[in-house]
Amino acid sequence: MAADALEGGFAEAPIQSAQAFRAAMECMARPGRIDEIAGGAGPAPLSVAASTLLLTLCDPETPVHLAGAFDRAELREWITFHAGAPLVEAGEALFAVGHWDELMPLDRFRVGTPEYPDRSATLIVELDGLEPAGAMLRGPGIRETAALSLPERAAFVANRQLFPLGLDFFFTCGTRLAALPRTTEVS
Amino acid sequence: MSEYNFAYLDEQTKRMIRRAILKGLAIPGYQVPFASREMPMPYGWGTGGVQVSAATLTPDDTFKVIDQGADDTTNAVSIRKFFEKTGGVAVTERTAEATVIQTRHRIPEEPLKEGQVLVYQVPIPEPLRFLEPSEVETRKMHALEEYGLMHVKLYEDISRHGHISTAYAYPVKVEGRYVMDPSPIPKFDNPKMEMAAIQLFGAGREQRIYALPPHTQVVSLDFEDHPFDPSKAAHPCDMCGAGDSYLDEVIVDDRGGRMFVCSDTDYCRARREAGHRGRLAAEEMA
Repeated sequence: MAADALEGGFAEAPIQSAQAFRAAMECMARPGRIDEIAGGAGPAPLSVAASTLLLTLCDPETPVHLAGAFDRAELREWITFHAGAPLVEAGEALFAVGHWDELMPLDRFRVGTPEYPDRSATLIVELDGLEPAGAMLRGPGIRETAALSLPERAAFVANRQLFPLGLDFFFTCGTRLAALPRTTEVS
Repeated sequence: MSEYNFAYLDEQTKRMIRRAILKGLAIPGYQVPFASREMPMPYGWGTGGVQVSAATLTPDDTFKVIDQGADDTTNAVSIRKFFEKTGGVAVTERTAEATVIQTRHRIPEEPLKEGQVLVYQVPIPEPLRFLEPSEVETRKMHALEEYGLMHVKLYEDISRHGHISTAYAYPVKVEGRYVMDPSPIPKFDNPKMEMAAIQLFGAGREQRIYALPPHTQVVSLDFEDHPFDPSKAAHPCDMCGAGDSYLDEVIVDDRGGRMFVCSDTDYCRARREAGHRGRLAAEEMA
């Protein structure tokens, strides 16, 4: 195991994970909102925000899928050491991390069942930029409309059609975080 | 406070609850199963709400607890002290100053704002439970959006009493999809559920968490010819004179004497401090 794998965890897990979760919760409850989270620092290409999310939400109970450039030894070791999460194929994952094109096709991921729509994957999408502009969002959590620089629109429109099944998304860029639950209408 | 992990629960438990909260927010009104822990208080005292609060609180929060609107009942005081001790969080009785409010059976009168979180204690999260005892069946009914039984129940109310007699835990439909139990709040509070704050619901004994993001459509079930009526006692508050708040009826003697007083103690106090007086307030002062 590389020594680097031991670095980059929370210095004060109870406090830092509480603060990161509150930001993640506000983002999931208010699609389009952009927040900053920090505390985790996984190996490249993982951003600070994605590292912090993984440390806050993942543990031995949550299989994680690493897509494309993220599926590398340093990152596997880091997640195994800090979160203890099993690393799995897309179809078994509760969380997945990757760039947008690496996560395709989305129908590989679990969308839940009619009885248990919560048994669905949450995708952490690493983006080069994250701005409150671009696609228009409507739905629960949004007073009228919001805007977010999504990587595309069609995939989110299709995901909305599956409701109450579907995938939920976090978007990360550096320390910036935003979210898009399955309920949001994208246009 | 160093004897406890922050906010009492261990980190893995909090992660599990946090994941359930996120899925709850993504599927508004759907009950997410979670592995409820034993808490150092009996079931029925808000163990679900306490676990949700523990997973939600940060050291920067200001915490308020109400029980039927009151900050000073045994249940509210003990839960407030619990998180003062195990989380070191600031506490308040003022609705506007609180960032996380745990509640049993009321929504504060003062409108909640963005940045606030309302955590409900829920005894029976399944709105169909008294109509269909089997969890397997009710889960199927939610999956198939088969809610006819609930309307039959409300219809039977009308045929027997001439109106819908359900006065609390009045069922709602969320975003046109899931029928949800709003916890035993009076139906007077139902219209407030379309609010700017995040609402989280925790049922400890029944092991369910559900949630409403801000500005989510919450419609109380009714019929075209019997529209939903968020009624309350037709009196003003005898202490502060408020005509728009939910009232408790208090028996004051053994000769039929009674008074009506705001159930939301913080709202009533703030109004009296602002100089508002009700019918019996003068006697109170004397």
